[in-house]
Amino acid sequence: MVRIGAFLVGLFFAGWLFISFLVGAVAYVSEPPQPTVEHEFHKPVKHVSFSFDGPLGKYDQAQLQRGFQVFKEVCSACHSLKFVAFRDLQALGYNEAEVKAIAKQWAIKTPSVDPATGEASSRDPVPSDHFPKPFANNVAAAAANNNAIPPDLSLMTKARHHGSAYVYSLLTGFQAQPAELLKEFPDAKTPEGLHYNPYFPNLNLAMAPPLTADGQVTYGPGQPKPTVDQMAQDVSAFLTWTAEPKLENRRRAGLATLIFLLIATGLAYMSYQNIWADKKKAA
Amino acid sequence: MSFPWAEQYTPKNPVMVWIDEKLPLPRLAYNAVGAGYPVPRNLNYFWNFGVLAGLALVIQIVTGVIMAMHYGANDLVAFSTVEQTMRDVNAGWLMRYAHANGASFFFIVVYLHIFRGLYFGSYKAPREMVWLLGLVIFLLMMATAFMGYVLPWGQMSYWGAKVITGLFGAIPVVGEPIQTWLLGGFAPGNASLNRFFSLHFLLPFVIAGVIILHIWALHIPGSSNPTGVEVKGPQDTVPFHPYYTAKDGFGAGVFLIAFCALLFFAPNFLGHPDNYIEANPLSTPAHIVPEWYFWPFYAILRAFTVDFFFVPAKLLGVLAMFASILLLFFLPWLDTSPVRSGKYRPTFNKFFWILCLDVLILGWLGGAPAEEPYVMMSQLAGAYYFAHFLIILPLISRFEKPLPLPGSITEAVLAKYGKTDGETVAVPAE
Repeated sequence: MVRIGAFLVGLFFAGWLFISFLVGAVAYVSEPPQPTVEHEFHKPVKHVSFSFDGPLGKYDQAQLQRGFQVFKEVCSACHSLKFVAFRDLQALGYNEAEVKAIAKQWAIKTPSVDPATGEASSRDPVPSDHFPKPFANNVAAAAANNNAIPPDLSLMTKARHHGSAYVYSLLTGFQAQPAELLKEFPDAKTPEGLHYNPYFPNLNLAMAPPLTADGQVTYGPGQPKPTVDQMAQDVSAFLTWTAEPKLENRRRAGLATLIFLLIATGLAYMSYQNIWADKKKAA
Repeated sequence: MSFPWAEQYTPKNPVMVWIDEKLPLPRLAYNAVGAGYPVPRNLNYFWNFGVLAGLALVIQIVTGVIMAMHYGANDLVAFSTVEQTMRDVNAGWLMRYAHANGASFFFIVVYLHIFRGLYFGSYKAPREMVWLLGLVIFLLMMATAFMGYVLPWGQMSYWGAKVITGLFGAIPVVGEPIQTWLLGGFAPGNASLNRFFSLHFLLPFVIAGVIILHIWALHIPGSSNPTGVEVKGPQDTVPFHPYYTAKDGFGAGVFLIAFCALLFFAPNFLGHPDNYIEANPLSTPAHIVPEWYFWPFYAILRAFTVDFFFVPAKLLGVLAMFASILLLFFLPWLDTSPVRSGKYRPTFNKFFWILCLDVLILGWLGGAPAEEPYVMMSQLAGAYYFAHFLIILPLISRFEKPLPLPGSITEAVLAKYGKTDGETVAVPAE
């Protein structure tokens, strides 16, 4: 009884899947799917190497500081960084006084309540504050940015495949739309107010190229030349840190844990062999 | 946990004598996982995965309870409390990554455990109840994992919750009210998040309870073994402790090495980047995919693209997905071959490896976008899945000629290590 029922159920599901396959195959052959413009012109991320690549890589503090400077002078005008606090910047090598000064001089103020009147006001950020958002709310952000809301950047490099290389590719990937693209897909012209970038999933994004000229940010003495490429690398490194601030702790702890486990497992194997010695031989 | 052939426990230490008189807990431990549980002496490494699944559950409960101390089950703060745990809680990143990757490793070891059961015929009489309870655990795990994935309230959390509860919406007439009732609203929201958190905390303890039943049921007939030949006498067994505790200790070490390698050096490898974007009901991700351990079933769900007369394709997909798991409950009665181990079943063996490949392909397709040619491939792979369990397996078990079985476990062991001298012959007669 069970087997007859099973046979019928199996025949139904397997049979109907097979029929669905035939229907799909006929459609696939008679009307092969058309290539899409994203499919043809979207590019995989550029290859770029960072000090934190590989299982034991570490952040380069000088690079993180340069990246922070790019964030501060360019990105922070539109993008928030809401999961990061000023106090976290100590991990970049700034001391307490420097962090205090950075917070105090931050261009955007922290929303607050006037202690005398109870009305909404603002104050200078302090190290324990998270980075204040550049726009009061999403409506204000959209209104100021051609209807697109600039995303928060705290987790950006973890929220995209190959995030660090993706941010770098996107920042250095703005270009004119290729002529072949328009020839093949005449309807795919980048709409007014958007910008062509083959590293963006649908090829056109609202953000205008943020890094446009070498020397847009002035780096301190002894630092590499602030070319667009260098600035893009630095800010990608900084955003990798904001997304994964515990990366170095994690790798350090991981190395110690693995060494411990290898030794412990080796000992466990020896005791296993020892206990089984008389059972494994042909007596 | 007493079973007919358990060794008698005779405590020597007066403290143990005193405890055992009042509460026979030492007796229970002795008979369940101690020297009082005789186990076939020929178990291979595939028999390690039951203990490893238990270890994975413990890791999940410990890290999960700590995570819950820092989590806010509210749609306004859920995402940021998880981020706070990662950044501002001592070793919070470790707990979070261990919990997220621990779920994956739980499924890895449970899938290997199920693989073991399927290949070596562990589901066959007299161990049907062990198999059925194991499937109950598997279903509970899937429910727990699904609800856990919703808690960080990222994009995949939100849209995954929407898609999975939408499965119930495919049921005719009552489907939509059921979906609304499950979610506590018309879309995933604070009510859904709160109940999922509550159930996600509860279910692991239900799993722990069913595991006790699973082990209890196992101890009635005792463990199976790679030959599938039942234990014939004391020479076929070794006491669980120290023999298998030592082997499981080594197994646990290897498991932890693999787990920690991923956890510390590629903690987001198995996750989806979209879940680092906070849930946004107004923006649908390009490809909604569940976690990797659901992919084979997800591929079956999406493989149905053609309506069957008045039954919409979506409902067929939902029925097929549930059927693909529920059919395993009938396995002991579908596979009627008296030979347990796949080693001695030449025809079964071939089809079994096709099934394994088929499930891996289904897994790959479940993670792929719902486009051609992936859909066509999952239709073929899904068809084989159902045909294998419901048609091919019953037929094989009817017509197959099995290879000769070894006379006993000891005989198989001796054949493996080679008889070297006259003494060996003496062992089985011991």
